[in-house]
Amino acid sequence: MIALLALHGVVGVVLVALGGRLGRRGAWLAALVPAATVAWLAGQLGPVLDGRAVTSHVRWLPGLGVDLDLRLDGLAALLLVLVSGIGVAVFAYAARYLPAEGPGVGRLVGLLLLFSGAMVGLVLADDLLVLYGFWELTSVTSFLLIGNDHRKAEARAAALHALLVTGAGALAMLGGFLLLGHEAGTYRISAIVASPPTGPVVGVALALILLGAFTKSAQYPFHSWLPGAMVAPTPVSAYLHSATMVKAGVYLIARLSPAFAADVSWWRPVVVSVGLVTMLGGGLRALRQHDLKVLLAHSTVSQLGFLVAVFGIGTPAAVAAGSTLLLAHGAFKATGFLVVGIVDHQTGTRDLRCIPRLDRTWAPTLVAGTVAAASMAGIPLTLGFVAKESVLEAFLHAGPGPWALAVGGVVAGSALTAAYSARFAWGLSGRGATAPFDVVPAAVRPAPGFVAPAAVLAAATVLLGVVPGVADRLVGAHLAVWHGANAALGLSAVAIASGAALFVLRRRVGRALATGRNLPDGGRAYVGALRGLNVLADRVTAIAQPGSLPIYAGVILLTAAVLPLWALTTGASWPGLPRWVETPAHVPVAIVLVGAALAASVVRRRFSAALFLGVAGYAMAALFVVQGAPDLALTQVAIETLSTVLFVLVLRRLPDRFGWAGGAAAGSGDPADGTTPHDSRMTGRQRALRVGVAVAVAGSVFVLALVMAAPEHPTPTTEQVVARAEPDGHGRNVVNVILVDFRGFDTLGEIFVLASAAIGTVALARAGRRPGTASSPSAASTAAATGPPGRGGDGEPGDRTAPAIRLGRLVTLDVSVRVVFAAVMVGSVYLLFAGHNQPGGGFVGGILAGAAVALRYVAGGIGDVRRLSRARPWTVLGAGLVTSVGTAVAPLLLGDPVLSSAYRKVDLPVLGSVSLSSAAIFDIGVYLVVLGLALMVFESFGDDPVDEAFEPPVSPTGEVPVGADPIDVVGATALGQQAPS
Amino acid sequence: MSVLLAATAAALFGIGTYLVLQRKLSRVIVGVGLMGHGANVLLITAGRRGRSPIIGSSDPSGFADPVPQALALTAIVISFGVTALLLALAYRSWLLTHDDEIADDAEDREVARHGHRDAELVDAAAVEPVDPEGDPTPGEGTP
Repeated sequence: MIALLALHGVVGVVLVALGGRLGRRGAWLAALVPAATVAWLAGQLGPVLDGRAVTSHVRWLPGLGVDLDLRLDGLAALLLVLVSGIGVAVFAYAARYLPAEGPGVGRLVGLLLLFSGAMVGLVLADDLLVLYGFWELTSVTSFLLIGNDHRKAEARAAALHALLVTGAGALAMLGGFLLLGHEAGTYRISAIVASPPTGPVVGVALALILLGAFTKSAQYPFHSWLPGAMVAPTPVSAYLHSATMVKAGVYLIARLSPAFAADVSWWRPVVVSVGLVTMLGGGLRALRQHDLKVLLAHSTVSQLGFLVAVFGIGTPAAVAAGSTLLLAHGAFKATGFLVVGIVDHQTGTRDLRCIPRLDRTWAPTLVAGTVAAASMAGIPLTLGFVAKESVLEAFLHAGPGPWALAVGGVVAGSALTAAYSARFAWGLSGRGATAPFDVVPAAVRPAPGFVAPAAVLAAATVLLGVVPGVADRLVGAHLAVWHGANAALGLSAVAIASGAALFVLRRRVGRALATGRNLPDGGRAYVGALRGLNVLADRVTAIAQPGSLPIYAGVILLTAAVLPLWALTTGASWPGLPRWVETPAHVPVAIVLVGAALAASVVRRRFSAALFLGVAGYAMAALFVVQGAPDLALTQVAIETLSTVLFVLVLRRLPDRFGWAGGAAAGSGDPADGTTPHDSRMTGRQRALRVGVAVAVAGSVFVLALVMAAPEHPTPTTEQVVARAEPDGHGRNVVNVILVDFRGFDTLGEIFVLASAAIGTVALARAGRRPGTASSPSAASTAAATGPPGRGGDGEPGDRTAPAIRLGRLVTLDVSVRVVFAAVMVGSVYLLFAGHNQPGGGFVGGILAGAAVALRYVAGGIGDVRRLSRARPWTVLGAGLVTSVGTAVAPLLLGDPVLSSAYRKVDLPVLGSVSLSSAAIFDIGVYLVVLGLALMVFESFGDDPVDEAFEPPVSPTGEVPVGADPIDVVGATALGQQAPS
Repeated sequence: MSVLLAATAAALFGIGTYLVLQRKLSRVIVGVGLMGHGANVLLITAGRRGRSPIIGSSDPSGFADPVPQALALTAIVISFGVTALLLALAYRSWLLTHDDEIADDAEDREVARHGHRDAELVDAAAVEPVDPEGDPTPGEGTP
């Protein structure tokens, strides 16, 4: 059984993939798969019908208790006959019906086969959750099949309608399955049915499951998706929306009904009435249709209601009668669809007012169509008659009292069925045409092979109608044409006669029905619900996504401030105030920190704000020294230097003052506004709000800091880390050992964050730039030639004129910078290697190297930086990542966990005995990543403005004329201001 | 931890928050930087103050707590990456608008004002009326 499912899946996927090449020929290949299923089934049928189910068990998700349990019993075999038998006919038909080539043809065939596989799985599944999985697969493939022609709005809407309705039902059903499985203690369907659980929870579970079955089988009021699904090509409609998928709900009811109908008091009334209401509603709607395919769609709704009503009774007789009807309906409805498809394909219409009289050469098609209609109406000598007789018997024997009402409903529904069947046969023969049409020329007559599938199904209908005993064992009851002159026969005759009368009086009936079309129905409710959801989504969007960064940030920060406070007030005790001041050294540090922060928030010039931020950074470095953290102090100083240069590089582009916007002159702020150097558009209320949030955050942080006051004694973690640094990490600098060894995995993640930030920075800064400006020498020299004089050509090694001019300007600076650069680089490498035992490490070393590069940039511009090495910044970054990741995963090759460190003492000629640890190599990667980040920053922002495609016509600050070298002026100033601090 | 440093961290967070809530991206960046400093103050004071945690330099019992230091080191370097990225955003904003103002998202405002018709709703409306038989005269031709 698993192999069968796999066969469906594999061939289906292949057909979807190769569909474009095979076109409709793929349908022949696809037909082989259901044919193989039928052949396999024929081999199993004997024992299965004797009551020995074939089972298959594959462990799937043992942790969740879900296994791939499959089980072939009588009911499953019946469904399988329908699914695969009609499948063969439909694929053979599709090979003629579909256009030979064209977009989506092959995909359609492949999807149809995938659907078929899902359906086979659905009827074989013996586990509720496995059944649910296949159930959803049929929904998804059905969605794709209905919407196959996605250029048509109709197809898209119908596909979504079907998916949303059946999907919502399936979700309810899943809930029901979980409840039922929980109550029963097993998800095996055969076990649940054998000893059904009871209780109120089971009632809820069954209600949810019925909801899923009703939506899938298009029961009132969820029926509206099915007629819309008729936009799909005829093979799809014939297969999915008549013979198989819509039967899934019926199948589920047929499975559960025998177990629960008797014990659950509401089961029979609810299921039978929903079925009968659907049957009557669908029949009335079918009577109004002119489009024969839509007529068949509504008749399908009606027949599905009939089936649900019968299976809802749940007695063995009813199940057998329902099974017969299931078989009969599958055969005649598929025949009907195929015949309508043939007429539509050959004459171009399926509207009964336009279908022309078809001549004698069409006889096979018309006969097949008429047989289908006769079976649908329940005319003797068709399978439909046999089925209807046994259904009436089942209803007559169901019980007294209210069941008489049900019998009346069945007879009324059957009368409607007979009427629309007559209407179908009448319309098909061309007698309904409102204008005379010529007899159709021979050229459009369908080929015999095209009609064959419909003819075979019609023949089966007649054969089983004449000798129904053939199917006895399949449906599990004795079927006969003649049961004697009993009540069922009389009711059948009444139904057929009433149907004939309805057909004869069709004008009057039509007028009467027309008044009913404005009654509410599920389709309008669906569109209304869709519209309502849309409005709701708009309202929610308007509130939750106002599009304002300050609002988002404010909400986030306020939440972050308030929630921990709330947790503290409920969960923690107040430890009392710690000391006011820990050491006198903290006082100046705090004063500088807060002072610089305040200054940064009130100054009106961007540069000043950035510089005050830098001041705060140096104050942080001082704090680190006081706390006994030399690594942090080193890193902070290097970072502060580097980020000040970074700020300068970016801020030189931006207006000098915050108030400037869109062309206003710099410094246009009103002098009277001097005390409030903020965005002039900010109202008092907005500012109050911001201050309020800021105060809340500050208060929260203050309380948090006091509550989490540091322990005066080292924690066990700290003691362990310190004790193990040398024996385990082979390093004496504990902080560095933590970074590259104990918490190396964090560091690995961190350098990936840095690399992402670097790539993002370059991408943001360079997006939209003329292609090749930075990397291609020819482009660079073009820029230099066309642009104003500047450093545009610096990137090209051969172009020596521009650097020559520059060297002539600042020789002393240039030379001294080169010397300092070399010294700083050596220092950074020293920090890198010494870091394991002394203050330092990869981060500090990399940042110091970056600061050295900044020095070169200040002296010589981006050209000097590019000439430092042939390696591009991203190469450096990538090399660092590869080094670190390589060191991290290398132990895997030796069978050790990730990031296990190795250690060896090596004697080197000059340096003497050196301890080499793999952590040191890891640190080299960190160094390279940080250096790469710095290089990429210069690559991003370091270009001269003249290289830019987006250079504004006038520099917004008005201070630096275009084409001059702003970086020397501004950069040097910035560095100069920093130096004292 | 002392009251002084707790207050310092709180002040850094408060001022940073105020700046982050502004509309000029450069102010937001400065604000993020200040909040980063505040976080580092909290981190570093969460551990004991002491001598540099370098084995062999002094008695380990007098060491400063190295664990928060490692956390703070990571935080410092990450905030540099964040600053670089935010500055790139400001730079990009300047390239496109010659300013670093963060305006409201125009499309979001539009949805809030007028709503947005989703494609599936357009499809569904195009297929309406759901009633498939549009012909008001139900009578047919003569048989």
